[in-house]
Amino acid sequence: MIGIMVVSHSADAAKGIRDIAAGMSGAGDDVPIVGVGGNDTGGLGVSVGKIFDALSEILPKSDGVLIVPDLGSSILSSRTAVGLLPPEDAARVIISDAPILEGAMMAAVEASGGSDLAAVANSAKEARDLQKSDH
Amino acid sequence: MAFTVKMAIAAMEKFNAVIEEKKEYLTDLDSAIGDADHGINMNRGMKRIMEKVRGKEYADFGGIFRDVAMTIMSVVGGSAGPLYGTFFMKFGQKLGTKSEASAGEMADALQEGLAGVMSLGKSAPGDKTMVDSLEPALRALKESADGDEAAAWNKAVAEAEKGVEATIPMLARRGRSSYLGERSIGHQDPGATSSLYLISCFRDAFLEG
Repeated sequence: MIGIMVVSHSADAAKGIRDIAAGMSGAGDDVPIVGVGGNDTGGLGVSVGKIFDALSEILPKSDGVLIVPDLGSSILSSRTAVGLLPPEDAARVIISDAPILEGAMMAAVEASGGSDLAAVANSAKEARDLQKSDH
Repeated sequence: MAFTVKMAIAAMEKFNAVIEEKKEYLTDLDSAIGDADHGINMNRGMKRIMEKVRGKEYADFGGIFRDVAMTIMSVVGGSAGPLYGTFFMKFGQKLGTKSEASAGEMADALQEGLAGVMSLGKSAPGDKTMVDSLEPALRALKESADGDEAAAWNKAVAEAEKGVEATIPMLARRGRSSYLGERSIGHQDPGATSSLYLISCFRDAFLEG
């Protein structure tokens, strides 16, 4: 099973988006989905250490992990944390270019069907094209 | 005279002091085009680094810069954390078990650090980032490393200063400031500014021996 990691500047947002993706996708408890957010003191920001620790915990339980970050330093910190992993683990992680909420949701749906990492990453990316309005 | 581990620790002490002194200035620069946290973040990061590094014995550059890198990465929540963290990590890895380095070897390490920053941030010279002061400093240090090493460090700082000034008319292409588009023009880049301080602190630690 592919795991999903939501990375946000806010711990609340990360948890909330994680809950939406887990709950609304119907993935239930089958897909390991975690939310990581906030700096080391819990304020707005991102901590490489927190992402690294979460990856180290979720990777042994999954065939691969898709990270869905919000923006800016969430992306840089995710890349840095992946770079600190042993190469064989780093090869099982993809950082998604998808919008955070829609991407996490689509990824959870795809992962719950038992798809591989490439397919889960692809579905998340397709979330970019979800149309909400004509404006 | 070679650059020693003791000088590296002194350079970090100096960097901590300069960041403390300039934190409001850096934050002012960052409030014009970023999220106004660069000074505060770097200040917090450097303080924690010094708590970790002070009083500890380091046999080589690899050891001290690994501590510096891991601390700044976990403490600094903005982009400066992973960027400076990667810089120090690659810088220290290149010097590895050495306890002394020539200006040429320091330039090689600087080059590794810069390459790490550019690869992580997908940035290039001219994007209005820390690369714009580190890259000219590296070029100067490399070109003059075979002559008088003190002069080479002075040249590196002088070129980094020019690099910082050159960020003012640049259009930001990376980070939060790039969301401003044309409005980023006319402001000095805070990351390039703090990187200039870092190079100056290396120079000062070297000159003071």
